[in-house]
Amino acid sequence: MSIQERSIAATLGLAILGGLGFIVAYTCGGDHRWMGLSATVAFVGFLLAALGWARWLVPREQVVDEIVSFASENAEREAALHATRQGEMPFLRSALLTRLLLGALGVVGLAMLLPIRSLGPAPGRTLFSTRWRLGLRALREDGRPLKRGDLEVGSVVTVFPEGAIGDARSQALVLRLPDGKLDGLQAYSKVCTHAGCPVALYRAATEQLLCPCHQSLFDVRADGRVVSGPADRPLPRLPIAFDTNGFLIALGDFPVPVGPGFWQDG
Amino acid sequence: MLERFVLWVDDRLGAANFIRHALRKAFPDHWSFMLGEINVYAFLILLGTGTFLAFFFQPSAEKTIYHGSYALLNGVAVSQAYASALRLSFDVRAGLLVRQIHHWAALIFVAGIVVHMARVFLTGAFRKPRDINWMVGVALLAMAMFEGFSGYSLPDDLLSGTGLHIADSVLLSIPIVGTWASFLLLGGDFPSAAMFARLFVAHVFLLPAAIGGAIALHLAILWRQKHAQFPGPGRTEHNVVGSPLVPTYAVKSLALLAATAATVTGLGTFVQINPIWLFGPYHAWQVLTPAQPDWYIGPIDGALRLSFPWSLRFWGHLIPSPFFPAVLLPGAIFTFLFLWPVIDRMIRRDPESHHLLDRARDVPWRMGLGVALTLFAGGFTLAASSDVQARYLHLSVVTITVVDRWVCVLAPLAGFFIARAICIALRDAQPGPNRVRLFRNANGGFEERPLP
Repeated sequence: MSIQERSIAATLGLAILGGLGFIVAYTCGGDHRWMGLSATVAFVGFLLAALGWARWLVPREQVVDEIVSFASENAEREAALHATRQGEMPFLRSALLTRLLLGALGVVGLAMLLPIRSLGPAPGRTLFSTRWRLGLRALREDGRPLKRGDLEVGSVVTVFPEGAIGDARSQALVLRLPDGKLDGLQAYSKVCTHAGCPVALYRAATEQLLCPCHQSLFDVRADGRVVSGPADRPLPRLPIAFDTNGFLIALGDFPVPVGPGFWQDG
Repeated sequence: MLERFVLWVDDRLGAANFIRHALRKAFPDHWSFMLGEINVYAFLILLGTGTFLAFFFQPSAEKTIYHGSYALLNGVAVSQAYASALRLSFDVRAGLLVRQIHHWAALIFVAGIVVHMARVFLTGAFRKPRDINWMVGVALLAMAMFEGFSGYSLPDDLLSGTGLHIADSVLLSIPIVGTWASFLLLGGDFPSAAMFARLFVAHVFLLPAAIGGAIALHLAILWRQKHAQFPGPGRTEHNVVGSPLVPTYAVKSLALLAATAATVTGLGTFVQINPIWLFGPYHAWQVLTPAQPDWYIGPIDGALRLSFPWSLRFWGHLIPSPFFPAVLLPGAIFTFLFLWPVIDRMIRRDPESHHLLDRARDVPWRMGLGVALTLFAGGFTLAASSDVQARYLHLSVVTITVVDRWVCVLAPLAGFFIARAICIALRDAQPGPNRVRLFRNANGGFEERPLP
């Protein structure tokens, strides 16, 4: 056995070792690292064996293939065209029938596409409104209502309308400025008007809301106006008030559709 | 043994002639001609690992209480999709290994396609008659990206859920049909109860079937047209000189299969990828930061960050800003790539078929264009981490955005001219066409003949 053959034998031995290792690792509890390591060793063994084989045992030889011109001989092309014409003839002979055939294919094809409509509900006005209504309390994620004085100056909390906790479209941020009406409380839609990410970062120092996905920056001193970034519309502001018991309530839905733009939102 | 098998087949199919030629089929020897095979093997690995994962994954948004080995999430209400992804990672033996190999193989699959495509682009292998296969290849790249993204979106973790919401926003931004497309494809307003079932069917059936079919077509066309080759002694426009398929090429190809398997297994073992348990389950009102998608979605995410806040409003309709960077720009680039052989033919005014390849340096402007395209996509990929750059460079993200915008414009321009200049210098430095071969004639003297 030559030195080359012995080297290849060693690498195949490595592959066998890896395979056995995998069997042992899988059987004895299935540790991620031991299974992965032994499988990697097995594949490396195969790799080295194949490289050795290619380098030392496979004869170096060259073969030559002809490349024929892909356009066939003219006679052959003519024959093909002739056959095409012959095939077309019965269909082209009557223009009326041909048109009817195409029409029928079109109508039936369209009919067969209709079930696609069943895939989902009509968008209707879904994107135009949220679940906020006049008088609905603002609830935190865990269901606790927000009362006057709950929120420190400079902090934010995510709220949902009563009965719709977790509703993606209705999520809103309540934040407290040092001054202003309602003890400085303001509420904005938490859905970015650019690509729908939660506008989750509030910078109290600059009084700006930042969307962490594409870095749109909104100014809460200016009704949610876009300061920078790719968003093209301000964050919609939720009209809020305190009810007689001091709970934060909505005075209605957002005045404009929330979240990313769409064709019908003109 | 094998001989008897050949006879057995020939008795039934009369395939002796085919087998004779197939086994001796010539494959030109150049390492770069084997890049495409990485993708075939990565795809096979993806099919195998993916089938295993599909047995355990439940594509459902229905809520359940997670109980399993990952203690930190025990007792937490999560979706069936997320819970089953956790279970197959922690409570199915070899599940985590297979899942991580699957994810790494997906990243390598798309990367391999891009590298293979770069080779075909730079050597002019896309020219007639192989333009037809280039187009199949561009379709494969697009499908691979969708396939990767649909898989990435399945586990319903906080990172992928955020990505999926962005994707839905991009879908919504398409004029006229966007709203309907979003509601029909995902089964309702985001996040819908049906969306994981939809993504699952796309990810495990529609796209793999289409990709498998396209790969088969790609290889069939390659087989029929034969491989293009670099110019050299004895090589002409009418032949292919190379090693025989069996045994030389087959052994090399098996080495590549083993290398691909070893790479993804090694990465899947030792380099953690997509740790969904650290991201947590998706909630529409939560988000991760910093959040970056898989690399091949990087250019689109970066374009979304760099784009200007421009939208169009007319006649009661809106074309929102994500449409331009995330639909129009990628659409334009893919259209350009798809039509590239036609454009190249018009630029060179060359209707001929080519079987001899260009060396990359021999067509400097094409090299320049390739470098420019790469830097263009690379600039947008860089921009997909603008928040990370801002943090580490202690600059505002606004500054980073402005800088990255200029990078996307200037880097391709500079890249074009620098790459072209380097190619011209290399081309001019090599011995010109006055190379000769010496022949000894019948009189014992020598004569020179020019090399082809």
